Amino acid sequence: MPSYQSWGRLPKATPAAVRRIYWRSELVDLDLGTPPVLPFGLGRSYGDSCLNDGGVLIDTSHLSRLIHFDSERGIVRAEAGISLERLLAVIVPRGWFLPVSPGTQFVTLAGAVANDIHGKNHHRAGTFGCHVRRFELWRSDGTRRECSPDENAELFRATIAGMGLTGLISWVEIQLVRIASPCLQMERIRFRSFEEYLALEEESSADYEYTVSWVDCLRSGPMRGLFQRANFSAGGGARGIRRPLRVPFDMPSFALNSTVVKCFNQAIFQLQRRDRISRVTHYAPFFYPLDRVLDWNRIYGKRGFYQYQFLVPNDAEGGFQEILRRISASRQGSFLAILKRLGRIASPGLMSFPREGLTLALDFPNRGQTTLDLLEELDDVVRAAGGCVYPAKDARMSAASFQSYYPQWKEFSHTLDPRFSSSFWRRVTAGAGS
Amino acid sequence: MNRILITGATSAIAQQAARHFAADRAAFLLVGRDPDKLAAVADDLRARGAKEVDTVVVDLLDLARCSRLIDEAVERLGGLDALLVAQGTLPDQAACEVDPELTLRELSLNAMGPITLLLRAAAHFETQRSGCLAVITSVAGVRGRRTNYVYGAAKAAVSTVLEGLRGRMGEAGVSVVDIRPGFVETPMTAHLPKKPLVATAASVGERVYRAMASGDAVVYTPWFWRWIALAIQLIPRSIFAKLPI
Repeated sequence: MPSYQSWGRLPKATPAAVRRIYWRSELVDLDLGTPPVLPFGLGRSYGDSCLNDGGVLIDTSHLSRLIHFDSERGIVRAEAGISLERLLAVIVPRGWFLPVSPGTQFVTLAGAVANDIHGKNHHRAGTFGCHVRRFELWRSDGTRRECSPDENAELFRATIAGMGLTGLISWVEIQLVRIASPCLQMERIRFRSFEEYLALEEESSADYEYTVSWVDCLRSGPMRGLFQRANFSAGGGARGIRRPLRVPFDMPSFALNSTVVKCFNQAIFQLQRRDRISRVTHYAPFFYPLDRVLDWNRIYGKRGFYQYQFLVPNDAEGGFQEILRRISASRQGSFLAILKRLGRIASPGLMSFPREGLTLALDFPNRGQTTLDLLEELDDVVRAAGGCVYPAKDARMSAASFQSYYPQWKEFSHTLDPRFSSSFWRRVTAGAGS
Repeated sequence: MNRILITGATSAIAQQAARHFAADRAAFLLVGRDPDKLAAVADDLRARGAKEVDTVVVDLLDLARCSRLIDEAVERLGGLDALLVAQGTLPDQAACEVDPELTLRELSLNAMGPITLLLRAAAHFETQRSGCLAVITSVAGVRGRRTNYVYGAAKAAVSTVLEGLRGRMGEAGVSVVDIRPGFVETPMTAHLPKKPLVATAASVGERVYRAMASGDAVVYTPWFWRWIALAIQLIPRSIFAKLPI
C-alpha cells in the first residue's frame, strides 16, 4: 500500500487528498484553488521536499510507460513515474546505461530530474540534468509545455532541481551512455587519512568513470575508510542483485546505538583483508548496494532518521575536517557515510545542489532536539565554509540557512507554478512572503 | 508465443503482462475503447522490443464486432498464437440490483464478449493445432457473494467455459489458461477502500505471462488465493448465506 511519507519518515505530514494519474491523455486539473498540489513519485526523498502537509499529492508512480527508445542513438523518452530499476531492465540488455545514477534504483525518472541527482561519475559526467534533452511540464493554467535548452529554456533550467514546484513533469527524454557489458571492473582501496583519500581521488579522476568512498564517521583521529573506483568492463560474468531481503518491521530505536555502529564500522573496515582488492562486479550491487535490503529505513525505528548531505568547496578543507570532528565527537552519526569529490561540470539546473567540492552524506537516527542541535551546528560550519546542504535529503534546515545556500531562490520563485508547493518549500521560505 | 491478440489491452494487468511478451519480441494486436490510451500502450511495447504493434478501437459490448476480431488478428499479424482476454469492469452491485439492463450490459462485457472471443479463437486454434487461450477471470467467480454476485456470475461463466474448452482442446495441443487474481491495485479498484492482501498489477501481470508461457490451467494469483478460494467453497450454504461478504 502506498503510504505517502518520505524515506526518513520525518517529518510526519498528512496530505488532504491524493490524486493518482494513470494516463498522459487524462485531463488533470492542477488548479485546485487553496490546497496546493505537489507531484509524488516513489517517496525516496528523505525529508519533506516530497511532502505536502494539508495539500494534494499527485501520485505519478502509475505513469510509468516508455514512449520511445532509439537503441541506435541511446535516446529514451519515458513517462515521469517509471523507476530507474524498470528503465534499466529495458536499456541494459540493449547495451545502454543511465548517464548518471543515484545510490538507489527505486526513484522515478521525473524525481531524478526534479532533484537533479548526482552519482559516482559526477567528476566526469556532471548531474542527471546535464543529460536531459527535453521534458513536458503540466502547469496549473492547463498548458502542457515542452521544455529543452532551446525551448521554454527558463522553465527547463528551473525544473531541473526544481523539487517538483514548477509544474508536473509528464515525460522526460534523456541521452544514455553505451556499455559493453552489465559488469564493472572495480577496485576497493583502504585509506587511513584524509590526505591518503585526497591522493586517491587525485590519481583516479582521469582514468575512472566512477569513484565513491565510505567513511567511518564515529572515529576520532585520522579519517579512515574505503575508496572505490570502477569502469564498465567489456566482459560479463558477475552475478546481478540477488533476491532482495526486506526489513519486516520497525526496529526499536535503541537498536542502533553508538556501540553497535562502531562494531559495524570496524567490521566493514577490517573485513577486507588486503588494502587493495580488485574484482568484476555486476552493476546492481555496485551502484545499488542498499537496494538489496527493501525498507531499510525501518532499522531506524518509528522515530525515523535525518540524513544530512552537505558540500564544501575544495578550498574549504578545514571546514570539512571540522564537520567530521564534530560528528565523531557527537557520537550520533550512523554507519552510512558516503564521501565523494564532485567535479566542476556545471548543471543546467538553477537550484542544483552539486557544485565543485567535497560532499558527505550520512544518517542520524532521530534523537529529537539533540540531533537537531547538532545539525544546526553543522549548518553553521557549512555556511562559514561557503558550502550548501542538499534539499532532497533535508527535513530541518532553517529558512536562513537555505536562503544563504541558495541565494538564487528568489529568481527561482518567479518560475514556480503558483498552485504548487511542498512542506519543504513553505518551511524554507517562511517569513519571506513568497 | 509470437503473435498475440489482447482485448482490454489498456487494463493495468494486461499492460504489465504484455511488457514481458514485448521483451520476447512478440507482435501484438491491441484492442480497447480509448485510442489515446491504446497508442500509449503501443508505444510502450514498441520501445520494449515488440516486433510489431497494431491497435484497433472497438466497443466490446458489440458482440458481432467481437466475433470478427479473431479473423482480423490473423490477417493483421499473419497468424495468431495466443488470445489474452483482459477486458472487464467492476459492476456497481447495488445499481445492478435495481437495473436489469445494466446487469445485462455488465454480463455482456464481462462474460458474453469473452465467450464469443474464446469460441472464435478456439475454432482457429483447433484447426491450427496449437495456440493459447487465456482469460483474466477472478476469485470472485468461485461463489456468489451477496456484495458482488453480478461480477462473480460473469467470471464464473467464463471459468466454466474455459474448463469445457480445456477438455475439448487438450488433444489439439491448445492450452487453456484461467487466471484468477485476488484483489489487485488498479484503476478499476482505485475507488474502493483498501483491503489487506492486495497485489500489484505488475506481479499479477508477470504471473499471467508465466502461466501463458507454460500453459498452466488454473492460476490463482497471488498464490494464497487458491487456499482462500478453497475455504470459501467449503463453507456450508446455510452459513455462507449469512456472511456479509
